[in-house]
Amino acid sequence: MQQEYIVKDPFKTEEYMINMGPQHPATHGVLRLVLTIDGEIIKKVEPDLGYIHRSIEKMCEYDTYQQIVHLTDRMDYLSSHINNEAVCLTVEKALELEVPERVKVIRTIIGELTRLASHQLWWGVFGMDIGGLTTYFYAFRDREMINDIFEETCGARLTMNYNVPGGLMFDIHPNFVNRTKAFIKHFKTKLPEYDQLLTGNIIFEKRTKGVGVISKEDAISFGVTGPTARGSGLVSDIRKSHPYSAYDRVNFNEVLFTEGDTWSRYKVRIQEMWESISIIEQLIDNIPEGDFKVPTKAVIKLPKGEFYQRVETARGELGVYINSDGNKNPYRLKFRSPGFSNLSILDHVARGSKLGDLVAIMASFDLVIPDIDR
Amino acid sequence: MTNLELQNTIAAWSDQITFTEEATEFLTAQVPAAEWHEIALKLRSTPELHFDYLFCETGIDYGTDLGVIYHLRSTDLKHEMVVKVNTSDRENARIDTVCDIWRTAEMNEREIHDLFGIEFNNHPNMQVLILPENWVGFPLRKDYSDPVNMIIR
Amino acid sequence: MMLPTEWIHNFLYASMPEGIAHAVELVLIAVGFLMFFAVAGLYLVLLERWIAAWIQLRRGPNRVGPWGIFQTIADALKLVTKELTGTNKADKFLYNLAPYFPIVAALITISVFAYSQSLHAFDINIGIFFITAVSSIGVIGILLAGWSSNNKYALIGAMRSGVMVVSYELSVGLSLLTMVLLTGSLQLSEIIEVQRTGGWLIVQGHIPAVIAFMIYMIAGTAETNRTPFDLIEAESELGAGYHTEYSGMKFAYFFLAEFINMFIVASIAVTVFFGAWLSPFGITDGIFWLQPVWFFAKVLVIIVLMMLFRWTFPRLRIDQILTLEWKYLLPLNLINLVLMAVIIWLGWTINF
Repeated sequence: MQQEYIVKDPFKTEEYMINMGPQHPATHGVLRLVLTIDGEIIKKVEPDLGYIHRSIEKMCEYDTYQQIVHLTDRMDYLSSHINNEAVCLTVEKALELEVPERVKVIRTIIGELTRLASHQLWWGVFGMDIGGLTTYFYAFRDREMINDIFEETCGARLTMNYNVPGGLMFDIHPNFVNRTKAFIKHFKTKLPEYDQLLTGNIIFEKRTKGVGVISKEDAISFGVTGPTARGSGLVSDIRKSHPYSAYDRVNFNEVLFTEGDTWSRYKVRIQEMWESISIIEQLIDNIPEGDFKVPTKAVIKLPKGEFYQRVETARGELGVYINSDGNKNPYRLKFRSPGFSNLSILDHVARGSKLGDLVAIMASFDLVIPDIDR
Repeated sequence: MTNLELQNTIAAWSDQITFTEEATEFLTAQVPAAEWHEIALKLRSTPELHFDYLFCETGIDYGTDLGVIYHLRSTDLKHEMVVKVNTSDRENARIDTVCDIWRTAEMNEREIHDLFGIEFNNHPNMQVLILPENWVGFPLRKDYSDPVNMIIR
Repeated sequence: MMLPTEWIHNFLYASMPEGIAHAVELVLIAVGFLMFFAVAGLYLVLLERWIAAWIQLRRGPNRVGPWGIFQTIADALKLVTKELTGTNKADKFLYNLAPYFPIVAALITISVFAYSQSLHAFDINIGIFFITAVSSIGVIGILLAGWSSNNKYALIGAMRSGVMVVSYELSVGLSLLTMVLLTGSLQLSEIIEVQRTGGWLIVQGHIPAVIAFMIYMIAGTAETNRTPFDLIEAESELGAGYHTEYSGMKFAYFFLAEFINMFIVASIAVTVFFGAWLSPFGITDGIFWLQPVWFFAKVLVIIVLMMLFRWTFPRLRIDQILTLEWKYLLPLNLINLVLMAVIIWLGWTINF
């Protein structure tokens, strides 16, 4: 019998799934995105987390407060100093401990250096993600100087662990001020180079303008924070709204762009680097004399109660919620991580864009995966 | 609005809500689970409250009860408050989702679901997010024990 | 004075019967091109790495041999000894066949160029046409590799490459056609002859020729799948694109073919726009051993230009690449073709 083959729909197309990650160059870590794609167009992005989940929050419930500080390095490793500071500030707030002025200023300077280093790395990988490998090396040239300063100050380059509840682990290195000044001098000439290489490039503008637009309403609803939110015009700088350490005595602008696209998020971070430079310049010459630490007990016991402290890391608002029952360990400790809420909007933003756009959008969010997984 | 004004506005909605400002910097409201979704909607939509930014959603195990703590902020009115919702049913803990009101809750609730075992009613996608699919138990509960991986000092 | 190629030819035909001499000559030429192919490919890789290092504030290869000149040879040896991994789900026959397409296409193409007056293996009368036709066979290998690997990333890369090459083939063809209007012949020796008597074609054709050259460089970069058109590999999007599942020598074939393609694109540009082995103003045209030097020097300049593109530009998106071709380059190219025809008709070309 002759079999009849009828092609019902000769142009039948199918959506297909693709696993982006856990090992993928553009996810910068072990993030797995399950993409549903129609040709090149993204229909759905479903994040699958947990590949680097260490349950830091559970570990914190069995650790003393000094030990917890060490764990926070491993969350957002690019703003490790600021993470440490967040926990220390929470503990100091709970103990009603007033740290010396010197500590506040040093914390702020190193915090801003950390932000610079993080933004430099972000700029490098941003260029790399959209295809220009050269940016990476330019960024690392300058980041190396900051890491050298950190290394001399506290012995570590990435997971710094310089803060302890009550102050700093030890005083700054005698070279610190000079080297920081040298770096600022150097970086002020090199930051325009970043613009020359990437910002004005027509291909770069085409790749970023109008791509991955987050409206202000969405930014608020999804809890987007940091430079990502400020690219959408959401006033969200914790350094301005809830000043901590020495941010209440420096002049700086909160960088806001209203377009909400990848381009404006890029511009926010570039502009923030200038602001960070200005903050460091204001503080570096007036580090007050004094102690670098207030003596605390070997085992800190927080009073009974709930304490919340937020800081502005390079990625946005990091919140530390401590529910204490009066023991040496927290009863419950929660890190509200900026990466987690920024990741949650990825699906909403990336739908309908191309595969190449997804990479650009993710790069502009500046996700650090251990920060999301905690 | 000051905390007192907030408290007065919200207390008018239901007599089941209890307030405290003890041992915390925020005005803290304890809301019964049954009324939570309705109250959340009011918190978001009442013009003089306008809590549009859920900046922290925390699951917590009180030993007997399971709870969720919501840290809310109004981005334009600049006031903040904390809402706590508890459920005493540990086997089949259920709380209404608020991800239709604050969309950031979607991921946060999935995380809490994984780690505390609280099911969120009406959540669009209540699948495991962090843990492997065959995981047994809820790691952040106080009665969770894992003799191999947990080191307790 | 007798040219070395002539001398070898005469020697072979004098020392053995004609048929065998012909066969031996062909084999010698083939071996010569194969060696040239390998060496050029390897040293282009090294050049790329040096230029990349120079742009990226790095040192680049400097360990193996003086200034690292044996680095890529060491790399090639490593690739030869590596295990050829593959996937179980792959279509074995096509998977193994795919790497040969780009490399064979590239090898055929380089045999057509006139490296000097006598160093010209195969002076076919449809030269330019032959080059564009054969060099585009390579994309079949890329499509096959992507399809047969049974890997979604590879498939996306292969499909992108199919779309891109089909599009940019037009621009390459049309911009070369614009120049063929000037020469009136597709034969490479004729094209060079026209340039010897009347100056380089980019000067003869002035404005339309410069436009054609710019279009050719853009389209040529796209043809070689290099940044800013490296979508088919797009390491930050697709891992490694179409050759994700290849390893060892099979990967090296793709890799070498990419660099030889760059050489081919530069050689076509030099032949059609910059007078092939001719020296500027004919100063050293009579010295036969300087002819290849001029040829390779010009090729090197264009290759370095393409390498500068690669290390300074970000990557375009697939729809932007197609927009660029179909909405801008193609109409511009057609207008340019008419412009060139009008200029030749009116006799406005510059002739020395």
